[in-house]
Amino acid sequence: MLNTLLPILLFAALGLAVLGAGKRFLMWRRGRPAKVDWLGGLLAMPRRYLVDLHHVVERDKYMSRTHVATAGGFVLAALLAIVVHGFGLHNRILGFALLGACVLMFVGALFVAKRRRNPPARLSKGPWNRLPKSLLMFSVSFFIATLPVAGVLPADFGGWMLAAVLAVGVAWGVSELFFGMTWGGPMKHAFAGALHLAWHRRSERFGGGRSTGLKALDLDDRQAPLGVEKPTDFTWNQLLGFDACVQCGKCEAACPAFAAGQPLNPKKLIQDMVVGLAGGSDAKFAGSPYPGKAIGEHSGGPHLPIVNLGGKALVDAETLWSCTTCRACVEECPMMIEHVDAIVDMRRHLTLEKGATPNKGAEVLDNLIATDNPGGFAPGGRLNWAADLDLPLMSEKKSVDVLFWVGDGAFDMRNQRTLRAFVKVLKAANVDFAVLGLEERDSGDVARRLGDEATFQALAKRNIASMSQYRFNKIVSCDPHSFHVLKNEYGELGGHYQVLHHSTYMDELIGAEKLNLGQHKGGSVTYHDPCYLGRYNGEYEAPRAVLKAIGIEVKEMERSGFRSRCCGGGGGAPITDIPGKQRIPDMRMVDIQQTGAELVAVGCPQCTAMLEGVVEPRPQIKDIAELVADVLLEAPAPAKKPVPAKPEALEVH
Amino acid sequence: MTDLNIITLVSVGAHPTSGRARRAEQDARAVELGLRLAGERLQLLHAGDPREETLRAYLGMGLGEMAVLEQPPGADALPVLADYLRHAGAQLVLTGSQAETGEGSGMLPFLLAEQLGWPLVVGLAEVEKIEKGQAQVLQALPRGQRRRLKVRLPFIASVDNAAPAARQSAFGPARRGQLQASEVAIVDDSLLAEAQLQAARPRPKRLKVIKAKTGAERMKAATAKASGGGGQVLKDVSAQAGAEAIFKLLVEEGVLR
Repeated sequence: MLNTLLPILLFAALGLAVLGAGKRFLMWRRGRPAKVDWLGGLLAMPRRYLVDLHHVVERDKYMSRTHVATAGGFVLAALLAIVVHGFGLHNRILGFALLGACVLMFVGALFVAKRRRNPPARLSKGPWNRLPKSLLMFSVSFFIATLPVAGVLPADFGGWMLAAVLAVGVAWGVSELFFGMTWGGPMKHAFAGALHLAWHRRSERFGGGRSTGLKALDLDDRQAPLGVEKPTDFTWNQLLGFDACVQCGKCEAACPAFAAGQPLNPKKLIQDMVVGLAGGSDAKFAGSPYPGKAIGEHSGGPHLPIVNLGGKALVDAETLWSCTTCRACVEECPMMIEHVDAIVDMRRHLTLEKGATPNKGAEVLDNLIATDNPGGFAPGGRLNWAADLDLPLMSEKKSVDVLFWVGDGAFDMRNQRTLRAFVKVLKAANVDFAVLGLEERDSGDVARRLGDEATFQALAKRNIASMSQYRFNKIVSCDPHSFHVLKNEYGELGGHYQVLHHSTYMDELIGAEKLNLGQHKGGSVTYHDPCYLGRYNGEYEAPRAVLKAIGIEVKEMERSGFRSRCCGGGGGAPITDIPGKQRIPDMRMVDIQQTGAELVAVGCPQCTAMLEGVVEPRPQIKDIAELVADVLLEAPAPAKKPVPAKPEALEVH
Repeated sequence: MTDLNIITLVSVGAHPTSGRARRAEQDARAVELGLRLAGERLQLLHAGDPREETLRAYLGMGLGEMAVLEQPPGADALPVLADYLRHAGAQLVLTGSQAETGEGSGMLPFLLAEQLGWPLVVGLAEVEKIEKGQAQVLQALPRGQRRRLKVRLPFIASVDNAAPAARQSAFGPARRGQLQASEVAIVDDSLLAEAQLQAARPRPKRLKVIKAKTGAERMKAATAKASGGGGQVLKDVSAQAGAEAIFKLLVEEGVLR
């Protein structure tokens, strides 16, 4: 009896799965067109899955091993089951192989079940708590059903009763694991995730690459929507990406806004996009809500606006404005979903179409348009901080080695100290450098993260035009935001430069023995990785090498490197200022204080401002440039070789 | 929102620190006030260059089009505006108090009101209600005071910084909006042609000597009304007596000689 029932169940489930897949595919395709490498992507997919994705999952060893066993066992068992039970190829070897696959899957599923016993808050419950049972049911049912094939048990063992029980078990298993995959069950992540990897919007991320610059809006195309108003305004592969979410909540655990009690949870946001994609309400969401917002009150559909400024739709505007664009969620996401892109896309609509940038947003954007700096300062004062430094100007020198990009910190009295310190370092190393002076404008970073793509592009194009008049080998900036934008986001608009963060450049100078440095005196030091230097550009080593060169042994924070917690200053978050239960910089200061360090080294004007905004007593905050300038030894006469500092101080990795 | 026919006059402004063209602060507030009263039915009117892209910043506040009476720079805007308004059937005309570019004399609302023979409310802060051809409005006075006025329609109102702050101008609607140019007779501004312009000198500021010894006195000094000292309130006097009192004051102050 099983011999007739199993093929029917298997093929029915497979048929339904194919039907669901088609339906789901058409749902994604409601999005706007995107250029993808259809075949190349599919061919590259296994490698992306087994290597790139596995690297991310591997950070959690327990889960990566569990997943390898469960998923590997399942894929093997499913293929063999189709051959053995579907096509009735009752071969003993295949039978034993299937038994082995079932055992592997069973063991994996046990660990899945174990994690679900006291799940951390970040995990979704609901259907996800059902999944381990379904996995166990699938593996056990097929194991028993395969025993006769392997010749372990007689063919008619157990009679009608067992056959009926097994049929139910198999039906449950294949429902969850075959067509549940394409009809919106938890296993959807496997189906959508695989295709998402194949047709990812940032395929450069695979194979160790990095792609973090926001993608430009084509403002010349009057038909294209300005940002995303409704789910179908996303590109279709973005919609596909949302569907790949496995609801592991790694993003939620890493999100600074969520931890601060601001109404954002990256996982919920992605799930809301899935709700928007398929239509419905968020009532079935079984994870943590947006802090302070009840579940079940929001709903949407593919052609309905995502944000309703006057009431409730799918997502509230303040959720989108809570994001600091720190990319911690993207870094953690094992499915490589691009949360920040989606958030900025939706912000673009709010700013460019609705004129609804909250709080100081409108004022800052107006200032950027009228004065080229967010503070609305008279543009003529851009170089006042260096009035006594006699800085060489590009307009006079025309051609230099290093263009020093000052950034808008020029108007901020705290940051001016950093800038002056860095100039001291540059001069001590006899670097051939110059500044753009009054020809420099805001890089456009804040405008872009606030969704004002038009102002960003206007600023960027004028900066590119200024720079195209001159010749220089590289740009060096003390501001990771300018650095990121110049390096990764000007390219699309025609500006291709070699850009270095000042920590990287100082590392080079130290490596080339251009600086005569003493040793840092004073207490212990920790280092705070700026998001736009670290996660956005992968520079974790140079700042640490510079600190090491001046005799500082960094007392690392628990969350450092790629897991560094944002200071709260990115993405225009201090401007939109969405209230939460606590402030992000306060949380970061707790991280800093836990190391017992008396000083925190930073490399970003935003981080400096945010961390210095924390009430005392707290560790002092100093930019790396200040720390280096503090220990500069007066250059000896150029004729004789400088007395080498202690050799270990010059070691650079 | 009312079914009122409202026209807001807008000009090209200049940013105070950079001098770059922008939507004028007070005009934008006048647009905001108009939008709150009439929504998208608000009409915008500008006399000048219809190719001036800065004007789009007003459209970006959520309006589809703006009428532009095409004029070269230096032409007199007053007669063409008056002519347009006379035939436009406007019930309420909103303007800023003073332009940020050009002459910026702040005279336009007064001269327009004079030419049209309409009442003028300066410093309009809020329109409370409009019924039976009459508007009840709040006029802004210094130090946050408000005066409630009843004005018959149609009338002109100028707004200053007491009016609600202008909403953000969005790129999309600004780009889509239409600047509808119409040809008008060009009237030369003879005064501007002959007159000489010279940069304004900053007015010297009186030094503030704080004599207060206690916190309470300092608070009082900081919040006290600037008192004129003299002056008198005339009540229930005849028109003749009132006119004589005013005449006497004007002579005393040197306004009349």
